[in-house]
Amino acid sequence: MITTEQVAHLANLARIALTPAEIDKLTGELGTIVDSIAKVSEVAGPDVPATSHPIRLVNVSRPDVPGATLSTEEALAGAPEHDGARFKVSAILGEEQ
Amino acid sequence: MTFTRMTASELGEKLAAKEISSVEVTKAHLDRIEAVDGDIHAFLHVSASALSTAADVDSRRLAGEAMGPLAGVPIAIKDVLCTHDMPSTAGSRMLEGWTPPYDATVVRKLREAHLVPLGKTNMDEFAMGSSTEHSAFGPTHNPWDLERIPGGSGGGSAAAVAAFEAPLALGSDTGGSIRQPAAVTGSVGVKPTYGGVSRYGAIALASSLDQVGPVTRTVLDAALLHDVIGGHDPRDSTSLRDEWPVFADAARAGRDGRSLKGTRIGVVKELNGEGFQAGVRSRFAEALDIMSAAGAEIVEVSAPNFEYAIAAYYLILPAEASSNLAKFDSVRFGLRVNPAGGGTVEDVMAATREAGFGDEVKRRIILGTYALSAGYYDAYYGSAQKVRTLIQRDFDAAFEKVDVLVSPSAPTTAFKLGEKLDDPLAMYLNDITTIPANLAGVPGMGLPMGLAPEDGLPTGMQIMAPARADARLYSVGGALEALLEDSWGHTMISQAPALEPTEMFAARGGEV
Repeated sequence: MITTEQVAHLANLARIALTPAEIDKLTGELGTIVDSIAKVSEVAGPDVPATSHPIRLVNVSRPDVPGATLSTEEALAGAPEHDGARFKVSAILGEEQ
Repeated sequence: MTFTRMTASELGEKLAAKEISSVEVTKAHLDRIEAVDGDIHAFLHVSASALSTAADVDSRRLAGEAMGPLAGVPIAIKDVLCTHDMPSTAGSRMLEGWTPPYDATVVRKLREAHLVPLGKTNMDEFAMGSSTEHSAFGPTHNPWDLERIPGGSGGGSAAAVAAFEAPLALGSDTGGSIRQPAAVTGSVGVKPTYGGVSRYGAIALASSLDQVGPVTRTVLDAALLHDVIGGHDPRDSTSLRDEWPVFADAARAGRDGRSLKGTRIGVVKELNGEGFQAGVRSRFAEALDIMSAAGAEIVEVSAPNFEYAIAAYYLILPAEASSNLAKFDSVRFGLRVNPAGGGTVEDVMAATREAGFGDEVKRRIILGTYALSAGYYDAYYGSAQKVRTLIQRDFDAAFEKVDVLVSPSAPTTAFKLGEKLDDPLAMYLNDITTIPANLAGVPGMGLPMGLAPEDGLPTGMQIMAPARADARLYSVGGALEALLEDSWGHTMISQAPALEPTEMFAARGGEV
């Protein structure tokens, strides 16, 4: 059973400022969806290994040689706010911190 | 024949023979977009430089430059793919107006092969959806019936080729976003083997499931495009190092041979029963008969764990998506919304994500955050990963008995816009046929299978092959396409209604 308190907590973890109406609606929807998908645990016994990836792969590495990178101008081109050299953001810490 | 009705393969040949120019062909498609896209809304952005790109290709060709088989052919690009010269929004307000500083590898390959980008196509926001109704910029309409969905998430790419606005398009397929739109728009779409096509520059939805692939009107065109975009990319750590055969050769061999002698075709029992529309099932049965008459050995195979595929998918996908979409933090790119009265960077982030994400994206991020949270992780995400193993085992067992597996690409024909919008679970269940291939990483193709007698709308056949055996899709698909068209006496897409601006609700074409 998913509660509105849980959804509010998840929204906070996911950094989405959901409105109370959205939290109510999502609580009902998530309950229905989770009821439906919980059946994965029916077949997943302890003897079945987990698969995180469809095709077996090994980790890839390469020599650490500098290559072409974005220029500062390119990197900042899509930024909501910048000072020409750095991204600008509002305060990292709140007053109570 | 007008340029817009020709296949990419035909256009490529006439361009190579210098019978026609890329400027003429590109102009014809831009005119078509201008004429019909007000009704279809396949495009979010139309390139301002398509004609100059085409002129450049023409002059290079006249100068004797060596060029590939699709040089000068126009192509539409799903908006999930980064293009350095066009906005790339993934259908989200979060990225409205954002132009990336680089090209996706597949886009770079298109340019290097001298294709002509026409524009960016509409999609469900961040590829979350099966109807294109979750685009922040309004839905795309199905060219066969403007009141119906074009499928999703790549409804824009499928509608663009089905409405003759482009001969080719790129799509991306995480749980069916290429194959299901192909089914409901009467087009062809291929999800390659996972890792067969680079994901670099494809805005990630679920990284272990996403794959970029071709969207076209014919099997051969899909193969030609797959040949351009496939291959190893050092910028994608999951890219396979395989040497791939020429898929166009496989498609031509299938088409020209029209024989399936000795091919063992497995019908997936679990993907052809309850909940499948009568007209989908009858067209599927006819296609099986045609393949059997062409020498194929048709056997029924069971994949008992497919029953759990949707449940596993809707845990794995939201879990991966909730992590991938954390990058939309209002700092480096995209939207920023400052809350009233200001606040910390986290307050700005939360306000931005509230304003910038649509309902479906929020739903899946919250679901994914839930599935990954302490106390639930083992029961949900952990179990879903085990189901993934079981589904891979089902495929392995099936491919010991058969060469390819088949099913309808979608359980029904196109449903009405709005019909499932308020019922997320019903929308999710629509993906039952396509999801297993993504969970196992195997390649799948959707191609036209005929019109459903009860509503006159397209149905699609799905063909699946073992991982790395993409060529089989093209040889079997090429043969089936030719055999079906021989039996009908025409292509299925030729039966789509005309879309002149003055006839926007023109009657549907005759039965196939």
